[in-house]
Amino acid sequence: MFRPELQVIHRLPSGAQRLFPLLLALWGGVPVHAQSPNDANFLATLGELREATYSDKANIVERLSQAGHPSVRAALTAFLEDRLYFRNNDQKVFLVKSAEGDPLNLIDPLSLKSAGSAPADSLTKIGTNNALRRTLRTTVAHFALSSPEVSVRLDAVRDMSRSLDEATVTLLRQRLSVETNSRVRKEIATGLALATLDGSDTKERLAAIDTLSQSVNQDVRNRLALLLGKAPDGSFDEKDEKVRRAAASAVKTIDQWRTFYSAFETLFFGLSLGSVLVLIAIGLAITFGVMGVINMAHGELMMLGAYTTYAVQTAMPGHIGTSILVAIPAAFMVAGLTGVLMERTIIRHLYGRPLETLLATFGVSLILQQTVRSIFSALNRSVVTPDWMSGSLRLNDALAITYNRLYIVIFMLVVFSLILVVLKRTRIGLDIRAVSQNRAMAKAMGIRTEWVDAATFGLGSGIAGVAGVALSQLTNVGPNLGQSYIIDSFMVVVFGGVGNLWGSFIGGMSMGIVNELLEPYAGAVLAKIFVLVALILFIQRRPRGLFPQAGRAGEDK
Amino acid sequence: MLAVVAIVVPILNQAVPSSSVFHLSAYGITLIGKYLCYGMLAMALDLIWGYCGILSLGHAAFFALGGYAMGMYLMRQIGARGVYGNPILPDFMVFLNYKSLPWFWYGFNHFPFALVMMVVVPASLALVFGWFAFRSRVTGVYFSIITQALTYALMLAFFRNDMGFGGNNGFTDFKDILGFDLHSDRTRVVLLMITAAALAASFLACRLIVESRAGRVSRAIRDAESRTRFLGYPVESFKLWLFVFSGIVAGIAGALYVPQVGIINPSEFAPINSIEAVIWVAIGGRGTLYGAIAGAVLVNYAKTYLTGAFPEIWLYALGALFVLVTLFLPRGIIGLVPARGKNK
Repeated sequence: MFRPELQVIHRLPSGAQRLFPLLLALWGGVPVHAQSPNDANFLATLGELREATYSDKANIVERLSQAGHPSVRAALTAFLEDRLYFRNNDQKVFLVKSAEGDPLNLIDPLSLKSAGSAPADSLTKIGTNNALRRTLRTTVAHFALSSPEVSVRLDAVRDMSRSLDEATVTLLRQRLSVETNSRVRKEIATGLALATLDGSDTKERLAAIDTLSQSVNQDVRNRLALLLGKAPDGSFDEKDEKVRRAAASAVKTIDQWRTFYSAFETLFFGLSLGSVLVLIAIGLAITFGVMGVINMAHGELMMLGAYTTYAVQTAMPGHIGTSILVAIPAAFMVAGLTGVLMERTIIRHLYGRPLETLLATFGVSLILQQTVRSIFSALNRSVVTPDWMSGSLRLNDALAITYNRLYIVIFMLVVFSLILVVLKRTRIGLDIRAVSQNRAMAKAMGIRTEWVDAATFGLGSGIAGVAGVALSQLTNVGPNLGQSYIIDSFMVVVFGGVGNLWGSFIGGMSMGIVNELLEPYAGAVLAKIFVLVALILFIQRRPRGLFPQAGRAGEDK
Repeated sequence: MLAVVAIVVPILNQAVPSSSVFHLSAYGITLIGKYLCYGMLAMALDLIWGYCGILSLGHAAFFALGGYAMGMYLMRQIGARGVYGNPILPDFMVFLNYKSLPWFWYGFNHFPFALVMMVVVPASLALVFGWFAFRSRVTGVYFSIITQALTYALMLAFFRNDMGFGGNNGFTDFKDILGFDLHSDRTRVVLLMITAAALAASFLACRLIVESRAGRVSRAIRDAESRTRFLGYPVESFKLWLFVFSGIVAGIAGALYVPQVGIINPSEFAPINSIEAVIWVAIGGRGTLYGAIAGAVLVNYAKTYLTGAFPEIWLYALGALFVLVTLFLPRGIIGLVPARGKNK
């Protein structure tokens, strides 16, 4: 099954989002002066919060936000999130990193730097109530709206659009008049239009619906769909027919765009799945296609690559992000050398007898499996995904591309072009092609065919190892990893046409896309079965794949 | 040799007292029965690979289909004795909320019908698949790989719960066959004898085929397919009928296998099983028929012994065995025996 290995890794942004304003204040280059009059004033005002009543607190918050101290935003965010405390013995106000745990990690309100820790019972929380929190939220949002970071502003607008009231609408209006970024402007316009929808002026509401129809947000769509709802007695909830008609067409437009984007997403999923298929097949395209060796240990060579990734990561625990980059050449070497060893000891005795190579390499695959079982145990090992590969690239409300899929596509393209360059532009590539076309003639021309065979097999095996690095990011690393991919890789090579790298590329990509296109209708397993059956039927029409080798070289391979 | 097995084994089990060292336990009986079924599968494979050059990497699919046909009969025989006590529906159907029996289950309560299906189902798959494949001249490794795709697709299909074949649990908990208790030693012995007889009969049938004119043509196809075609022989139909016959033999082997081991599930379709069967043939020596049987029995015996005795090293040993046999014994173990004549 193709699907499970491409688990989308969603990072939950909520925690990061909450911390973000704080971090921003920390890194934003805020100059920290020594106790200036402004600082003293800020601290004093903050101190007043300790004993004020809730209504007084609202005033204090107002004054704080007017004063414009660089740390105000962090302090108020902390206040909103119940992370504002004062120390019992000296009455000093502190922010804490998190309200959970004991002792609490203190942050100095002025410098916003860590100020040690203190046990929870030596501190008193400065409390809030609902009304105060509303004020705080607006104030914090106000700060977020004027943040220099576009993403912070976008998040703030989205947050505010979800709970619109008079105060937020005013804030959004103010911001719209000074906002320069087009994405933020659009987001604000959507938020304001949502607010206008609740009004009574038909003309304004129609304009709002027009604005909203350009959004692809699910919430917006649902809000518009509400306008089309019917009461139990059959009358429309929305009395104004014009508004209703406009809303209906807006919902339709949004749905169309969403369908478009989801089709685009499916296509992208297909491309990334296809990239996995190409990656796992491309090494085989060399050993099977160019050399005519049915290498049943191909999957195990990928497994070696995956285990190499695991070993490298274990060896450098502090550097997950770089370990994967180290693992790529390491896996190439490990799998490649194993391949050369296999070629020298076993396969070179079996050239011209492809079915016998199948048996011998199957034996090798068993030995390799047992070897990793003995070294790493039979349990699955999980390889940590580095931070820069997790999360997703959000293009708009309806379309997000996960980074791991994106990187797989890029990685495959890089590997593929490297192989093409090696085969077409280097001396060894020339030798490889010469030997695969006509061994005897190549030998007569002075090419050391034995050496070329070993190099070819090493290259194909090394690429299998590199594919293993990619697989380690998508699936569990275990002794059976290879077996689950070997059939897929053979299918791709046969579909594309043996001995043709571009055939494998197009074959893998089209299998990936077809699989993803079928999946929503048929489910993962049935889609896979369809692909296999289609492949079997396809082979009937084109017994030598998409791009068959022409002439005598294609015979009896 | 087979006759010896068919006669000696029952005596060892039934007549020799259980205290004697020569007594064969029920477990041993099942094991031998299993090996014989594997031997039959290997022979079916050897018939097309060794004599016609068609390497099928999906022969376990026919084996499993025959097994499933038998399994369906055995499931219907359980009747109301299942966990849920439903007289019509097998347990897994009750569990999966089936309201009535799917149409393809009708008739499987009659043994003769099931018997026919054990032959017809694998045969028709072989016929359809082979007709498509041979007509478009899919040969060599391409054929091997699409047979692999076939068995893989079937495995995925049978793993699905809504196929109506028990999903990944398959069929198990069989009670009896034709009214005989499957757990009694006597039934096991009789099943073993039937298996040995079936193996002997199919061996004779295969010998008859390979020594007939058709057998000579198929060997010609193996050695020079184009030349045989140019001589005017209908290469495709020779290959097709040989393939269908081989599928039938594999199906019968599967049908005999299921009541003895007591379970059938989709993992029987796993591509690795088909590859293993090919390896039995290669180790025994292809193109000999009896070599294939010997290979199946030997490899499986080694597997049973090594997994039991040295679980750590059995994969090493098995792997090394494959490598060494391919490198040094291209004609398999039979190649070690001095040749008595050609083409045997």
